[in-house]
Amino acid sequence: MILPLRLEGVTYRRIIEPLTLELGAGPSTIILGANGAGKSVLMRLMHGLLAPTHGKVSWSGENPRRHQAMVFQRPVMLRRSALANVVYALKIAGVADAHRAAMGALEEVGLAHLARRSARVLSGGEQQRLALARAWALHPQVLFLDEPTASLDPSATREIEALIRAFDAAGTKVVMATHNLGQARRLGDEVLFIHQGRLVERAPVDQFFSKPASAEAAAFIKGELPWV
Amino acid sequence: MHSILEAIRAAVGLIASGDATLGEIVLLSLSVSLSAVALATLLGLPLGAAIAVGRFPGRRAIIVLLNALMGLPPVVVGLVVYLLLSRAGPLGELGLLFTPVAMVIAQTILILPIIAALCRQSVEDAWREYEEQLRSLGAERAGAALTVLWDIRFSLLTAVLAGLGRASAEVGAVMIVGGNIDGVTRVMTTTIALETSKGDLPLALGLGIVLIAIVLALNAAAYLVKEAAQRRYG
Repeated sequence: MILPLRLEGVTYRRIIEPLTLELGAGPSTIILGANGAGKSVLMRLMHGLLAPTHGKVSWSGENPRRHQAMVFQRPVMLRRSALANVVYALKIAGVADAHRAAMGALEEVGLAHLARRSARVLSGGEQQRLALARAWALHPQVLFLDEPTASLDPSATREIEALIRAFDAAGTKVVMATHNLGQARRLGDEVLFIHQGRLVERAPVDQFFSKPASAEAAAFIKGELPWV
Repeated sequence: MHSILEAIRAAVGLIASGDATLGEIVLLSLSVSLSAVALATLLGLPLGAAIAVGRFPGRRAIIVLLNALMGLPPVVVGLVVYLLLSRAGPLGELGLLFTPVAMVIAQTILILPIIAALCRQSVEDAWREYEEQLRSLGAERAGAALTVLWDIRFSLLTAVLAGLGRASAEVGAVMIVGGNIDGVTRVMTTTIALETSKGDLPLALGLGIVLIAIVLALNAAAYLVKEAAQRRYG
């Protein structure tokens, strides 16, 4: 098990102020905040795509990289078939029988019938499902999601959210950045509220929405609610 | 005006009759230029990709240098290769001067920067899109660079074609290192230059027509391949 993940005094340029926190296995964590608050940067620091300016990001267990995956707002697909995109990820991870595992993951997200289709010609929602299949195939212990539905229509969003719930139910630790309050409520167990690069509040999701402890969170909830 | 029409008629006649001299010259031109393109592609694509994704001191200076070398004057390349291969030069013992091999070497040097620089730009643009995803999947930098290179292979056709265009059109380098020897190193461009100055316009014009037709056909083929690939792969 690579969790808990520890951040100690982590900063990134002037985007993230010194931040210390620990993420354990279990509840899904929503990183919530306005655009530009530093959600994506924080997530990239956790996932190791960015190196902190100061401080330390540490995982437990062996080979933590292999046991985490990330799905981006805009999935990046290689110019090859949907199946080949998943196989590519599995081969890097050193999975034996990558072909079969990839097919299984495509079935899991309901894309098996499009396996031979070129990934880049799929719709936005299908590409995001494919990105989830690629992550799923790796059986990560931790799955990072960076605004995974921000550029999708409502029906595609519902499909993605259902898949994220399935990940969660299968025991994967879900860490998702979003500015969408409805989505935070639907998918989150706990909320990390980020405001101008600072972790302002950490609370269970119900408590966060009913009794926000900070003025910034209260204002964010109030300001966002009408558009949920 | 009359003499031009006359020359064109004679040129078309030469092409239509499958003139042996003309055929030989066209064949040699193609084999020299295509060999140079193949070599420069083999060296230039990995070089361009490495510069695009690599992080090393002097990288920016190398990019500027590479871009500048795209404008290398063919006669200067010819002169340098001539000095290297001439009997007194460091590679003189190989006896390559005034052979097709010398012409291939000169043209490779001429177009390597073109292919590498254009490839560097394409890979760098694509890298911005792919980098995070590939790193997230755990790909090593070199492996990821090859993945990107393969993924944009159809866009790289443009870089290769730019090299081919340059190679097939230049006169200066092949003239100097090849020597324009009849039946040995005489190619389309050098023949056109020679025959024009001799006043034998039909052969010059005939070769000109063939040269343009070949370049046009290759570009059309590449365009169609690229378009089909785009439809297929997105």
